Amino acid sequence: MSLKTETMVLNMGPQHPSTHGVLRLELEIEGELVLSVKPHLGYLHRCFEKHSEAMQYNQVVPYTDRLDYLASIGNNLGYAIAAEKLLGIQVPERVEYIRVIMAELQRIASHMVALGSNGADIGALTPFLYLFRDREHILSIIEETCGARMLYNYIWIGGLSHDIHPDFVRKTKEFVNYFKPTIVELDNLLSYNKIFIERTANIGVLPVDTAINFGASGPTLRGSGIKFDLRRDDPYSIYDRFDFDIPVGKGLQGTVGDCWDRYYVRVREMEQSLRIIEQAIDHIPEGDVKAAIPKRIKPPKGTAYARVENPRGDLGYFIISDGNTNPFRVKVRAPSFVNLEILGELCKGHLVADIIAILGSIDIVLGEVDR
Amino acid sequence: MMNAEEIYNLLKEKFGEAVIGLEKENPTEPIITASPLQIHKISEFLRDNDQLKFDSLMCLSGVDDANGEKIKEEDGSEIIKGGTLSVYYHLHSVSLKHKITLKVSAPREEPKVESVENVWKCADWHEREAFDLVGIVFLNHPDLRRILMPYDWDEFSEEISRHPLRKDYKNPEFYQGMKIPY
Amino acid sequence: MGLLDKEFSEGNIVITNVDDLLNWARLSSIWQLGFGLACCAIEMMATSMSHYDFDRFGVIPRNTPRQADAIIISGTVTLKMAIRIKRLYEQMPDPKYIISMGSCANCGGPYWEHGYHVLKGIDRVIPVDVYVPGCPPRPEALLEGLLKLQDKIRNESLRKKSA
Repeated sequence: MSLKTETMVLNMGPQHPSTHGVLRLELEIEGELVLSVKPHLGYLHRCFEKHSEAMQYNQVVPYTDRLDYLASIGNNLGYAIAAEKLLGIQVPERVEYIRVIMAELQRIASHMVALGSNGADIGALTPFLYLFRDREHILSIIEETCGARMLYNYIWIGGLSHDIHPDFVRKTKEFVNYFKPTIVELDNLLSYNKIFIERTANIGVLPVDTAINFGASGPTLRGSGIKFDLRRDDPYSIYDRFDFDIPVGKGLQGTVGDCWDRYYVRVREMEQSLRIIEQAIDHIPEGDVKAAIPKRIKPPKGTAYARVENPRGDLGYFIISDGNTNPFRVKVRAPSFVNLEILGELCKGHLVADIIAILGSIDIVLGEVDR
Repeated sequence: MMNAEEIYNLLKEKFGEAVIGLEKENPTEPIITASPLQIHKISEFLRDNDQLKFDSLMCLSGVDDANGEKIKEEDGSEIIKGGTLSVYYHLHSVSLKHKITLKVSAPREEPKVESVENVWKCADWHEREAFDLVGIVFLNHPDLRRILMPYDWDEFSEEISRHPLRKDYKNPEFYQGMKIPY
Repeated sequence: MGLLDKEFSEGNIVITNVDDLLNWARLSSIWQLGFGLACCAIEMMATSMSHYDFDRFGVIPRNTPRQADAIIISGTVTLKMAIRIKRLYEQMPDPKYIISMGSCANCGGPYWEHGYHVLKGIDRVIPVDVYVPGCPPRPEALLEGLLKLQDKIRNESLRKKSA
């Protein structure tokens, strides 16, 4: 005769230190074993799409900052590209170069938080402190140019809000030289740490076909071994001019597509971002960054869809214009929103403690999930 | 790699009436319009056909077209009667590298669209979002609940304030005793 | 700070009143509930990390409301979340303090007009001690807010109840 057992429902969040914001997970557990995970969203639903219908095109830019607040520049860029498509604006070379450099700096800063909090959730707090120390360098470089630490409102439709600071080039070069050895330090501290590998390798394996069918993107997709990066496969801005690799998960410590792979892809991506910055920083052409900014933004009737590779994945903006000064509808295809959907699949059959490692490796930002 | 016209012709040949037309006057992207109650088999064909292979759904957006009759209420606000609600599907083929946009429109009073959740899994939450914010009902969806707004929103709001992204949406005064307007 | 002014030169004895002693203890170790809401939470994290070092004021994130002294409401409060925040607040033991960080928590911020799902100010749900303006406030601003809270605690008295 077997003992009768019952499963138990456990709530994780919305106040929980490792849910990266206000996410609620409804776990069905049997002992320590997780049978199913149901995410409940909407605790940070800030009505972005309603606001964008009530604002003029240029006034929407500050709201895009607040979607993925760890990668504001990327959000600005996606929106600007979609609006420029609608308006048919060609932006000057100088603007394109500065946009790319800024976006790559932002990508590094965003990955720093992602990697650090991934480690901190599992118990390695030290790398978190190191990474936040280095993140301050990037924030101060961008702050010098556009005056804000986090939410920049920097990339405008057709141009930029400010030209770069005279010290920008020097400081960025200094940062690149400073940060290269720091990545090695991070590898030694966390990536090849025995405990960290034990906690993440072979955990939350995401097979390739599931990843594509669920629409995963960014490091979550590349961790499963697919070489798909919009900067290469659907180039926007001037990314086709630069030479960089796309790191993919190879299963070095376990299976292809496990948490460690997703983590490691981000580490290697920071190196590639440094490469792009190095190639671009010396070739910023002269010009006026505000030359192509339209005085009055009133696009013709129509729709535009643009997508960019944000640190978290494929960020898409779908804008419908009805010929007025306000957008008729703006829909954001947020990478975290789509990536989070996989969580239920990944967590099945793991232990409660593994959920934290898996959630950290998907790297969600709730501002973008809930919008 | 196929362009929009070729894709349209292929679909028209296969599905006839269910594929309604091709909007080309759009400045940036051609849109194929289809029937809302046949979209599931069209999607399956788009995914499985060897020439098309649309294996990823980039985006699914619910839109209130606001093309109905606008009726002035006594307090100055407007409500919309008639017209359509639309769903846009942005598809991309990772292997063949082509893109297409599909659009289906359903009447505002009875907005029913077939779900494509079992064709592309990522449509699941997008459809829940469109249901939540615009009020489009997706047939055969396994779990059509609100996703962003509170589950008990309906209890605290009137008919006009169920779905916030409709153009005639009116904010309720209170939710669970908390005042909503500024 | 005044507590050690009246120390006897030898004998390791300090004379003070109970209010001062309690206030000194409370203000020097404000344990905040480890709880982030939105963009401001990242600035709050930056404040507690190496560069700005919240720890030097005795602020340590504590992950349970039962053992926390203060909440920093760091970000936009939505209607769905407001109910949970109220519950967290009620779970905290007295004395408890609230710092409202950022424009959204103060008054709705950029979402004040069309935010159909945003609570226009956390003070509609729970009482606030210190408001820190900014979107998001810089870490320095949050530190200033904390110093203001410490000032407030310093002048509390056991006899008359503070808000």
